[in-house]
Amino acid sequence: MNPTDLVERPYLRDDLPDFRAGDTVRVHVRVVEGERERVQVFQGIVIRRRGSQLSETFTVRKLSFGVGVERTFPIHSPMIAKVEVATLGDVRRAKLYYLRSRVGKKAKVKEKRLS
Amino acid sequence: MAAVKGILGRKIGMTQIFDENGRAVPVTLVEAGPCRVAQIKTPERDGYTAIQMAFGDARRVNKPLAGHLATAGIDSARHLVELRLDEPADYALGGEIKADIFEEGEFVDVIGVTKGKGFAGVMKRHNFAGLSATHGTQRKHRSPGSIGACATPARVFKGARMAGHMGHSRVTTLNLKVIKVDPGRNLLLIRGAVPGPRGGLLMVRSAIRVLRRDRKKAS
Repeated sequence: MNPTDLVERPYLRDDLPDFRAGDTVRVHVRVVEGERERVQVFQGIVIRRRGSQLSETFTVRKLSFGVGVERTFPIHSPMIAKVEVATLGDVRRAKLYYLRSRVGKKAKVKEKRLS
Repeated sequence: MAAVKGILGRKIGMTQIFDENGRAVPVTLVEAGPCRVAQIKTPERDGYTAIQMAFGDARRVNKPLAGHLATAGIDSARHLVELRLDEPADYALGGEIKADIFEEGEFVDVIGVTKGKGFAGVMKRHNFAGLSATHGTQRKHRSPGSIGACATPARVFKGARMAGHMGHSRVTTLNLKVIKVDPGRNLLLIRGAVPGPRGGLLMVRSAIRVLRRDRKKAS
């Protein structure tokens, strides 16, 4: 056990579903605007998960009006209200950076077929 | 007027936690105290006012140290460090100092001994750029280049930055915010990095710059 674990433990959250690179997820992000708080959905393909414990993050990539947009979230961040896994991807890499240089049909990730 | 407060501790390591706005805050964990007051220095006897804090357990306590500590009723101490302050009357000989002397949101200075880097070149020690990697540079890629002029002054000025011993020096990091205090586990969570290796001795003290500013405002 790391000596920092005891401090980190109360911040770890276990309510998020399992997902990995290639999966399409809907991240419900809390957005605070002055006094009001609302939830915004960011949907896209997970292209990376990195780190461990409290410092683990994941990056979601999507196309917004033809422009690639990537957002990195700390996985244990309280700003994430909810994560929904839309589809499971079938990929052979842990980091899908190659999607950045691809457009159109080539930028698609195969869906995992559960048999 | 808040007086200077201080405690000895040990650096545990760094991590991050989330604040109330959901932002990740980098924190250093410091196991602070409990310390005991081993000696109170007075102007009459010592010429200045300070308290001497004892922290940790020594593997072996020799007779002179044991005798010194016995006056305060302490069995063993690994570290003895003084803290200068104005009001030593607030402390009792042998009294305990715990992490709860600090509050969340307070600013502190952290004093420690940095990691030793040994004999380091100028690129590492002074962030020099070094010489070119190509264009005919031979065996001089990390050298400082010129260290002065020619026949005038015919010497190298004092204080020219050169290679030498780096690290293992006492460093004070000023104005760090206390993010959390856990008196039960003798823990302080301090925003940002502090000098020294994990397990290294630290002194956490109220931020003197903040104290001075408040004093100026008050007067």
